[in-house]
Formats: sequence, C-alpha cells, structure tokens
Amino acid sequence: MNAADLAPSYDLAVIGGGPAGLAAASLAARAGLSTVLFDENPGVGGQIYRGITSTPVTDRAILGEDYWAGAALSADAQASGALIVGGATVWSLDPQRIVGVSIDGKARMIEAERVIIATGAQERPFPVPGWTLPGVMTAGGAQTALKAQGLLPAGRTVIAGTGPLLWLLAAQILRAGGKIEAIIDTTPRGNWLRALLHLPDFVLSPYLAKGLKLLREVRAKAPVVRADRIAAVGTDRLSEVVFGLGDGERRIAADLLLLHQGVVPNVNLAIAAGATHEWNERQLCFQPVLDQDFGSSVPGIAVAGDGAGIAGGTAAAERGRIAAIAAVRALKPEATVPDPQTVRQRLQREEMGRAFLDWLNRPADRFRQPEGDTVVCRCEEVTAKQVRDMAAMGCEGPNQMKAFLRCGMGPCQGRLCGLTVTELIAKQRDTTPAEVGYYRLRPPVKPITLAELASLPISETERKAVER
Amino acid sequence: MARSADVVVIGGGLHGCSTALHLALRGLRPILVEKDYAGRHASGVNAGGVRQLARHLAEIPLSIASMALWEKIEDLVGDDCGFVSHGTVLVAENEEELAGFRVRVEDLRLKGFTHEELIDRAELKRLVPAVADHCPGGVVSRRDGAADPFRTTQAFRKRAVEKGAEVLEGVTVTGLARAGSLWRVETSAGPIEAPKVVNAAGAWADRIAAALGEPVPLEVIAPMLMVTSRLPAFIEPVVILRGRKLSFKQLDNGTVVIGGGHLAVPYRDENRTVIDWTKLATSARTVWELFPAMRAATIVRAWAGIEARMPDDIPVVGPSATSEGVFHQFGFSAHGFQLGPGTGAVMAELVATGATNTPIDGLGIGRFKR
Repeated sequence: MNAADLAPSYDLAVIGGGPAGLAAASLAARAGLSTVLFDENPGVGGQIYRGITSTPVTDRAILGEDYWAGAALSADAQASGALIVGGATVWSLDPQRIVGVSIDGKARMIEAERVIIATGAQERPFPVPGWTLPGVMTAGGAQTALKAQGLLPAGRTVIAGTGPLLWLLAAQILRAGGKIEAIIDTTPRGNWLRALLHLPDFVLSPYLAKGLKLLREVRAKAPVVRADRIAAVGTDRLSEVVFGLGDGERRIAADLLLLHQGVVPNVNLAIAAGATHEWNERQLCFQPVLDQDFGSSVPGIAVAGDGAGIAGGTAAAERGRIAAIAAVRALKPEATVPDPQTVRQRLQREEMGRAFLDWLNRPADRFRQPEGDTVVCRCEEVTAKQVRDMAAMGCEGPNQMKAFLRCGMGPCQGRLCGLTVTELIAKQRDTTPAEVGYYRLRPPVKPITLAELASLPISETERKAVER
Repeated sequence: MARSADVVVIGGGLHGCSTALHLALRGLRPILVEKDYAGRHASGVNAGGVRQLARHLAEIPLSIASMALWEKIEDLVGDDCGFVSHGTVLVAENEEELAGFRVRVEDLRLKGFTHEELIDRAELKRLVPAVADHCPGGVVSRRDGAADPFRTTQAFRKRAVEKGAEVLEGVTVTGLARAGSLWRVETSAGPIEAPKVVNAAGAWADRIAAALGEPVPLEVIAPMLMVTSRLPAFIEPVVILRGRKLSFKQLDNGTVVIGGGHLAVPYRDENRTVIDWTKLATSARTVWELFPAMRAATIVRAWAGIEARMPDDIPVVGPSATSEGVFHQFGFSAHGFQLGPGTGAVMAELVATGATNTPIDGLGIGRFKR
C-alpha cells in the first residue's frame, strides 16, 4: 500500500488496529461505510494482540487464550472490506477530521466524515532513581519483544511494580522457560481498604478467577517481595536493584529490570485534535470527555478503547463497536447494525470489577512524584528537582514549564513525562492535577521527516499560484 | 471601590510588558492586565528573530531604537534573553531578486540607513555555507540576531514587577469608559481607574479600539513554525527569503526552527490554532531545495501563535484619535518581536511626556479613518 493509493476521503478513518480499532472498522465496513484503518505497526493487534498474525510463539499456552482471542478479531476485520493499512503513522488529526498519515516515507492528508481514535494505552511513567540506565526497560517493552519476536529477557531479570500486566508478563516469561530473579511488588498495602469497597463487583467479574490463577502460577515459580521504594543502580548500565520496605533495604544483582505500574490512555492524538480532556482521580490520568457513544467534544471524532479510559482489551472491542454503530447511524441510517443495547450490556459486564483493580493497583505517590535528581523528562534530561523548584517559584502549569525547562519538548512529545510533570506541579503548588492540566499537544504527534512532509501532494491553490 | 494606577496596560505580550517596564522605570505605577499569562500567544511562541533587515521604512526608527536596547538587554532586564547576534541574511534565489535587493539597499543608504548590506555569492557562501549553490547573493544585516521569545517576555514581565509595575494575569478587560478625568477599565477582577491607558492587546486590540469609536481593520493571524530534532551545528545567521515564505534558524541546542509566515487557522476566542500542513509542506519543499543537508531532519513539533495583522503590514503605534489619554501599540503584523524593547520605551515616553523624539509618523491609527 502506497500513500498515493489512498482515496482522498473515506466515510470512516480508524486510527489504531488494536481491539477497539479492529472491532470498529469491521462493524463499520460490514455496514457499508468506506472504512480505512491505519496502524503504525506492520501488522494489526495493537499492544495487547501484538504480532497476532505473525508471532513466532506458536505454543498457545505461553501467551494465553486471552491473547489468541485477538486472532478472530483480526481475521474478522480483514474479511470485512475495511482497508487495513499497516506501517501507517498518523501524525496529525485536526478538528475538520483531516488526517495526516505517512506510509513508507511518503505523506498524505485524507479527509474522513468520522474518525475513531483507537490509539489505546501506554505504560504509566515509572520515574524511580536510575530508570534511564541501560538495562532498565518497561514490562510492556519486554512483552512486545516476546509477542512480536519470541524474545525472552536475557540475563538476571527483576520485575518491579504493580498492576495486572506485571503478573501476566511474569507468567508468560515463566511459561516460555524464562527465569525471574525476583518480582518486587510495589502495590501499597493501604490500597486494599479502598479496593475492598468494590470487591462485590469484582467477585462477579471475569477478572477474579483469572487473576487468582495467575498470581498462584507466578508465586509458585518466582520469589515475590514487597517494597515501598526502589532504585536502579549501576555506572554505565544496571548492575543491581536496591529496594526496601520500611527500614529494611535489600540489593539484588540484576542485568535487566522491567518496570511497570499500570497503563494510562494515550491521549496525544485526541488532545492535538482539540478534544477536551478531564482528570480521572481513580486511574490517576487524563482521559477524553466522551458521550455515551464515545464521541469526543470535537464533532465527528470518537475515542474508543483504552484511550477512552483504561478498561482492558475485551471492553475496548465493545467500545469500538459502540463508536462504529454511532458512525454508521450518522452516515448511513438505513444500514443494519447490531443492537447497541446488547453491546452496551456486554461492555458493562467487562467493566465490572475495574474499580477494584484500579484502586488496588493505584501506584504510590512516591512512584509518581519523584524527588531530587531522578530524571522526569528523558528527552531533555530534566530532573524532578528542577520541575519542583520551578513550580515553587511560581510556574503554574506544564506549558510554562515547557518554556522554562524544555521538558516535554523532545521527540516523545511528553508521553514519558506528561503525567509526572502535572502531578509534581500540583503537589508543589498544593492544588490538583485537574487544575494544573496537561501539556498542550500539537501535531505532528509522531515525528515526521522533512522529506516526508515535502512529499505531501501540492494543493490546488498552491499549484494555481505557481502557474500564474 | 476601584483600584487606581497611573497607567493601565492592556495585554501581557512583549509589547505590553516592555511598556509596563519602561513606565515603571520613569517612576510611574502601571497595572498590566493580561487575560491569560504573559507571553501566552505570539510573544512567547514566535520565531525569535531580532531583525532590522527588510523592514518597512515607517518602522525603521523603532527598529533601530530597539536594536540599541537588544544589544544591552541584560542591563535592561537582568537576563540575556538568549539573545545571540549572528546577523540575518536575506537570500536571493535568482539574479532578478538580487537586482531588486540592490535597489532597496541603495534607497535605504540615500535615506541614511546603513544596516542593510548587499552581499555577493562568495560572501553568502561564507556566511551560510549550507545554502544551495544556485543562490547568487543577498543582503545581510550584521547586528541582527535571535532570542528566546518566551524567556524574553517573561524577563520583561519580571523586571517590570521588580520596578514597581503590577501584573494581573488571568484577568480579562470587560469594558473601558471615561470616569471624569480618568479612564475606568472594567476587568474580571474589578475596576481600575487611571488617567492613561495603553492598548497592547495584540489580536484582541481591535475590540478595545472599537469600544473607543475607532474601529480598525485588524486581521487575526497565526503564523506557523515547526522545529526539528537536534542537528549538528551548520548555520549561524537567521536566513530569510523574499519571493517564497521562509525563515530559518538553528538554535544553540541544535534544533532548527522553520517559519516564514505561512498561516494556521486561528480561533482567538478559544485560544486555539489549527495547523495547515499543506502550507507547512510548502515550507518543507523550500527548505529541501535551499538546504539539501536538511532533507533527513525530523520535524518534532509545529505550532502557531495568535497575533494581529494590519492591512498595510505595519503596526499601530501612537495616541488614540478619539480618546484623550489612550495610546495604541498593536498590529505588529508578524514582525513585532524585535520591536518590543524599543517600542515600549517610546510608548512610555509618549505616555509620560506626551511626545517622543523617535519618528512614528505613518503608524498612527488615523490612517484607517474613512
């Protein structure tokens, strides 16, 4: 697929080929909408079903049946008539629903009557001392390597943090024959109090049985220790992990430290498109303000999947369907679509138990609000102390902070520091993240080369100006 | 009970902050009212060019007055504002353009202005080695340079406060009316009374002017900029073009800022702009042709700052034509950053003494009277 082969416009553009995007594109295309789905990876699946059509991990037990559920979703979308374009990086979306996309070094702008942003989640920043050392990476990164290339972590591996994905990754590594020196559980014990209020829903949800089974499986094969602080130590690269609980301190020699403390919506594209966002205190992240069909504050642009607030892969697919049904009803009211009430009920069932998980796995303050020389912005090497000092001096928000310290101005576009900077300013100024707000994000939401930009087809008006 | 001040300055861009500082330096007590925060719009996010080159004749005196202040900016505001002076080079893309530049430089010389200097191909290559070989020469203004716009605006704001100005941020002006011998400025934080008012409200200044019965044909614009990831140092001066829209400069940190006046779509009531990528692609193609070394560079951000443009592309600077005690300082038409320090000084002189020695004829609001 070349950029030049894209049509100038589509009824629906879906951005992201994870569960939400696949389900949305499939439903819309089957209802007769001209539908294009862009995904920046060569194959669809998103992070949860990463490499679903190409993974070399053929033993189904390793990645688990929940992973393989993605195969059906992918096959269904491929057969739906939607145009599915891999290796397509969407770098701009504006309120008029003009999508800037690059494929194989060439850029195009296409128009869409409706857009469903299904860019999913990203891992929450985990800014502990030493997290920028070679040898420290995110659990999500390790899981991607396992799914896409069948790669197991090499050397003495320590996993640290909190959240369901941490345990899932540990189980997958162990099943594939990998070894884990230790799992450092940073879940604050106090979280149980708040979480227990939501236990009844959790007990009824599909999460409970799965979760307990996973914990048992991992604990049987790897040592699990608790900690309320953690640091990666080493000169040129990681050599040991130092952690402790209360007064105690321990050290483990390690070659690889995998960090994870949950996932948060990947908000960059939705914010750049102008969608209003709000702070979610339970999940400690920003998420778009959405109506019941997942429509954002920008007409014609919806956000489905974990990008709408974290709820997991199965819920993401249902959310994608609801957003797609709304698109079909708006553009082609005569088309047959599934009964949205049924989809909503399924979604509700999937979302049950989420509150328990969220409260239980809420990362401790000190793991979100670092101090001292701990790096906050990796691109521009800005430390926690610099951000705190600047906030104490009167800097009220992340956008002014950008101008003073350049944090958030590097190639990652604030993905790795945005939440940390907001929380640090709120903490230092004794206010709330909701008040402080987030970075004003601008396109390109993904870097684009000058050559790619120069390859955009020349507009009509520009051609006329040259001819005259 | 209204608060009182000697002067109310409306607008916390570089111009408003500079005027507030210079008023305070004259011993007056100004209150500056800014609806967002200082430098939120064009003043904080422009290309940062400190340029005397290629200016309209009517604003050259202000530009020269400003340059003198830029060259000792640290003395004025206690911060170097990131100002560096490597000149601005206007590149001719062909002989015809160069011939036009020659006429302009000669004309300026006859009028007594010597800051623009015609250069040949060899000098162009010496100043800008990376430029494409087909360019036959250009014009240089050697004292020109560039500064960090947000830092500059903040430095002026900070020094104004240190010198006795009061700065109210997040406060909107809602009305303006005579109250006896004073002006009563209604704001979201209560009324302020003062004998003098300066309208430095940028893209919103037409609303103040209209309230005074002197509507102006102000266009709200948002010139776009984009910036690359870090590259090895390869160019020192700021480069601009005439025939095509381009301004081009490499910062100390290696990133290259590409601008030149292609416009985003502004929504001034929402503080928002929408980038027009087809126009930025035009800039990208221009850079592609002029600086082959840039082709593999990565664009990491694009943005636009909201400001005002007048139909004749020169600002409105001077007293109101309808309202005694009110002064205008807006409409800098995408080239007001360099003018900020000097225009603030001239405006303060005008407000304090009723006159200025710096010629500002041709910039009055009366030119728009029908």
